[in-house]
Amino acid sequence: MRVVRSALIFSVLSLAAAPVLAQDFSGAVKARQGQFNIMAINLGILGGMAKGTTPFDAAALKRSADTLAAVSMIDQTPLWPKGSDNMAIEGTRALPAIWDNPADLGAKWAAFGAAVPAVQAATDPATLGAALGAIGATCSACHDANRAPG
Amino acid sequence: MRRLIRFAVGLVALAALGGLVLTRPAALPDAAFAGVTADAGRGAAVFWASGCASCHVAPASAATDRPILVGGQVFPSDFGTFRAPNISPDPVHGIGAWSVSDLGNAMIHGVSPDGAHYYPAFPYTAYQHTTLQDVADLHAYLLTLPPDATPSMAHEVGFPFNIRRAVGVWKLLFLKDDYVLTDAATPQIDRGRYLVEGLGHCAECHTPRNALGALDRAQWMKGAPNPSGPGRIPAIDPVSLKWTEQDIAYYLETGFTPEFDSAGGHMARVVGNFARLPASDRQAVAAYLKALPG
Repeated sequence: MRVVRSALIFSVLSLAAAPVLAQDFSGAVKARQGQFNIMAINLGILGGMAKGTTPFDAAALKRSADTLAAVSMIDQTPLWPKGSDNMAIEGTRALPAIWDNPADLGAKWAAFGAAVPAVQAATDPATLGAALGAIGATCSACHDANRAPG
Repeated sequence: MRRLIRFAVGLVALAALGGLVLTRPAALPDAAFAGVTADAGRGAAVFWASGCASCHVAPASAATDRPILVGGQVFPSDFGTFRAPNISPDPVHGIGAWSVSDLGNAMIHGVSPDGAHYYPAFPYTAYQHTTLQDVADLHAYLLTLPPDATPSMAHEVGFPFNIRRAVGVWKLLFLKDDYVLTDAATPQIDRGRYLVEGLGHCAECHTPRNALGALDRAQWMKGAPNPSGPGRIPAIDPVSLKWTEQDIAYYLETGFTPEFDSAGGHMARVVGNFARLPASDRQAVAAYLKALPG
């Protein structure tokens, strides 16, 4: 009887575990990579102005800087489900270290948001360049321990 | 017959003695630093260019202007697990009691103050190019950093790699004191060569290794497996890396690629280091990379 009960519990547990094992993280991974791609496109527009490869354009600066501000407000919590690291799934460079200290990811993301107002306030290539340097430092601060090399 | 045996025994003894001499740890002459005046302020630039903090700060510690070089980061390899030692200025557990010659012998000859070979996980194969002036400046700067009395942790290296003397054989085979880029056409490329092949020790990750862990100089900067996890360290030779010199210098300043992706992993630390150097040094690195043969 006991054996039967154990077997029953085991099979129920297996059923419960099955959806977890088959869990699909592609939505979360696409979403988080998408937000980084939006960042990259707008940093590219701003970086071109800072480097002088494109003319300085205050209106374009405002659009891109405001977009960065908007991205910085995206709640990261649902984008980093446990188990969506590069040891567990393909198509990500997110290191398992992220889930050792999830609060740290939130703090690093907040630091990115805190660096955006200086970009919005930039008035010429020099001030923009300095503000982008500060943004880059916040990217690196997180990538250092949390992102594998490509 | 007996004579022949004696001859053979003598030959073996001679070979062993020769081996001992050849694998003997080298040292700088005592007077090497006579007349060199150290400047801790200049040493800061040597420190950041050499990337000391990247490996010698505690695991997962954030970047700071005055890092605590307590060690403890783990470097797995095919030969065992190496742990970065404490190089803070603590006189017992760090390098606070080291003379400038001790630092010079460590960086240029890969030899400890008590005359043992260091494992090449400490990149003296690159640091050997450091000028004596830069060693002296770096020594002065290191002593200004915060001390920490945490003992260094031992490496975990199995037989036969745990025989330190064997590192002497490795050095004989692989410690090349010439530059890979033999001809630095301009002072800027020369400076870049010093930063890339010397202080910056870029090849440690960007160049593949042979079975004994030595850099394959024929594949210089052609990319390699990531030594600390999945992924590859990208190739940065001029054939593989199509970025302009301006792109490379900007990347070293901000971590942004031309596509405005951002550096990850250990390279994020390298960018943090290079961002603290003068713009001319970042441009020199770029000029050097473009000067490498295709």
